[in-house]
Amino acid sequence: MSESSGGWPRGVQPPTSESENRSHVDASANGTAPVPAHSVPPPRALPGGGETRRHVLVAVVLNKPGVLNRVASLMRARNFNIDSLAVSHTDSEDVSRMTITLHGDDVAVEQAAKQLYRLIDVLKVQDVTSEPTVQQELALIKVRATDSSRAEVLKLVELSRGRVVDLADGSVIVEVTGTESEVDAFVALVRTYGIKELVRTGAVVMARGSGSIEEAIKR
Amino acid sequence: MTIAKGDPAQTPGSATGPAARPATRRSHVPNDGTVEAAAIERARKGMLHDGRDLKRTRIGADVLCEALLRQGVDVFFSYPGGVILPLYDILGDYPELRHVLVRHEQGGAHAADGYARVTGRVGVCMGTSGPGATNLVTGIGTALLDSVPIVAITGNVPGALIGKDAFQEIDINGITLPMTKHNYLVRDADELPRVIAEAFHIARTGRPGPVHIDITKDALQQETRATHPTEAQVIAGLPGFRPNMDGHPRQLKLAAAEIAAARRPVILAGHGILHAEAWDELVAFAEKTQIPVAWTLLGIGVIDETHPLAYGYMGMHGWKHVNRAIQSADLLIAIGMRFDDRVTGNVRTYAPYARIVHADIDPAEIGKNVAVEVPIVGDAKRVLRSLTGLVATVDPATRTDYLAQLAEWKTESVASSWHGSGAWRDGLLSADYVIERIGELSDHQATYVADVGQNQMWLARYTGFRNPNSHVSSGGLGTMGFSVPAAMGAALGRPDRETWAITGDGGFQMTFQELMTLVADHIPVKIALLDNKKLGMIRQWQEIIYAGNYHSSNLPGPDFAKLADAFGIPAFRAQTPADVDVAIRAAQAVDGPALIWFEIAEEQNIFPMMPAGKGLSDLIEKWGGADE
Repeated sequence: MSESSGGWPRGVQPPTSESENRSHVDASANGTAPVPAHSVPPPRALPGGGETRRHVLVAVVLNKPGVLNRVASLMRARNFNIDSLAVSHTDSEDVSRMTITLHGDDVAVEQAAKQLYRLIDVLKVQDVTSEPTVQQELALIKVRATDSSRAEVLKLVELSRGRVVDLADGSVIVEVTGTESEVDAFVALVRTYGIKELVRTGAVVMARGSGSIEEAIKR
Repeated sequence: MTIAKGDPAQTPGSATGPAARPATRRSHVPNDGTVEAAAIERARKGMLHDGRDLKRTRIGADVLCEALLRQGVDVFFSYPGGVILPLYDILGDYPELRHVLVRHEQGGAHAADGYARVTGRVGVCMGTSGPGATNLVTGIGTALLDSVPIVAITGNVPGALIGKDAFQEIDINGITLPMTKHNYLVRDADELPRVIAEAFHIARTGRPGPVHIDITKDALQQETRATHPTEAQVIAGLPGFRPNMDGHPRQLKLAAAEIAAARRPVILAGHGILHAEAWDELVAFAEKTQIPVAWTLLGIGVIDETHPLAYGYMGMHGWKHVNRAIQSADLLIAIGMRFDDRVTGNVRTYAPYARIVHADIDPAEIGKNVAVEVPIVGDAKRVLRSLTGLVATVDPATRTDYLAQLAEWKTESVASSWHGSGAWRDGLLSADYVIERIGELSDHQATYVADVGQNQMWLARYTGFRNPNSHVSSGGLGTMGFSVPAAMGAALGRPDRETWAITGDGGFQMTFQELMTLVADHIPVKIALLDNKKLGMIRQWQEIIYAGNYHSSNLPGPDFAKLADAFGIPAFRAQTPADVDVAIRAAQAVDGPALIWFEIAEEQNIFPMMPAGKGLSDLIEKWGGADE
């Protein structure tokens, strides 16, 4: 099919509606009217800009010196803020697994994953946000517990399926595990009694089912 | 761990005690004929010493030299210092490795960069620990932003002193970590063969980039029998590094369908085509589909500029006709480029009618700056080959109107900001004319190395490039002072071509210490110094964007002829258009480096110009007088 004119913006009617924008609607076949001077194309969409939500990335990396630094440095340099990061080696001593949680829109997090792939020591990155997963986090909370409040605190721990791991004069250390939001809920619950110290491991995540990210690498 | 004290006798694994040593330079070698010497000789034969009879044990520094030779390195740029001296101690045994003693490590890094860009091979630079290493950093960053394969090697303090704030100790590994493709710290000579082979493989494979290797002094001195790995072993040892070379067949088909449907397509050709040596494939693809080719700054040279489908240089100071074609295109086929902000301007108004096919070897580049319709991850050469096979041959007649309109725009735009008489205002020498004459009188066959700023843009626009890898420019990092040292490396990489460094007076004053290297090593770089006694691009921005508030853009310089003379470099001066050809010819006639001091108009701007934050349709084409 030959063109009937030199094309946009002089010879051809450009697509004007949002839906026609940047599509190959054949504007040249019959459109011979010149472009009106006031015709302004709609702005090009920027990548991303979608809804921000919590994402969980699982990165399997070579257990080499500095690999944690590489990952952390990259996330900082690319302007991603890590919410939590849990690292340990896998069943193989040479391979480590990182669970990274961060907030961002889908495109931005995909960009973070692609940037991670550029690291030579990174073997595999998977965004498991939308997959069925098991997520667990452990927290140790040193809660103020006076003679008058101790019984209440212990009752709450029991009801929340937490565990008292240390009892002292004036405080107890409680261990709770669960998803991030379960831990959040318990922390909120005991906050009224006074939290003296709090430490959380950050989420560790594993996809449900028989598939294995680590086996996928070995193959 | 043994602390190496710098005395070779203290090298771990030394066969004899100090008492047995004769008083020679290689004093850690036992006397010939002794039992120890025979044992060492046997051991040495068992090692992979690449067949050399060095009459001494093989140390880490030997492994480094062997590995460089195995990688095909013929020249490297370096500066000695305390902890890298073990290397200098044995360098004399490797005469095939040409060592260029630079005058500043930054110059060495840029030289390795220039060498890599014109040869397509890996450039090598070295420095000592501490300040030597930090001086390399600007050059490493320049190579990272432009994806240039270099390997930077630094010495570090002995392993036992790391972390003790030893003399000239700095955490250079931590510094280069975010600005290299990969980096290493080597504390054991047995690791060196693997690490160096990996570094070269990583630097040149996939999307190229700089790799830094930091080697402790005791590792350089340590005796080792480690053997060099094969390429297959190197690849097997890097399970996390498997660049995807072939585009996905489904994506290629989608791209071919887009190309078939497009009425106003434009190819955006980038540096990736030069890296992949895909210039022939690009031309074949463009000719088959009859699509005009626009190029980025670093894509200059992907196509002969006299080719009928070669359309021009795009972006902030690119040709107006090229930006206009992009803004009215219905399809952009972007190959090996990354939609840098200097190319797109405001993304919201960029190519508003265009769908985008984007092929790049680095998946992280796709969808990073602009959203694209058809992403293809792969090597430019293979992608272009596959695409050419998938698209139908387009009859030029079907594009007559489109190509005629583009040609009309081009004629108009090329004439608009050109000073063919050689004079800008009041007879003052015009920079675009100077560049055009350099291109013309060097037959467009030289290597042209740009500095940063106005000179870089004039060079990009007016040289008239014919060959791939004939243009060298610091695009991403915009490193002033790049041209002279990079030209040094470029001249050594391609001695068959004339090499021109085109620099402004600002950039020149940042690295002109390398003039001495040019003289000492007989490197025949011709330097075109465009002296407007200003930081020209800064002055231009201050004039146009900062309401004429000229602060610090006035840059007094020395008498550059006397300066060159002090280095023993012949200098020529051109102040009027009539002087230009004479000076260029005179510089070309010099056997060795030469400098031309072009005293150009002080207030000439480079147009068109896209102000920051604006789009490709918002070019400023004139400012002030009508005779711009």
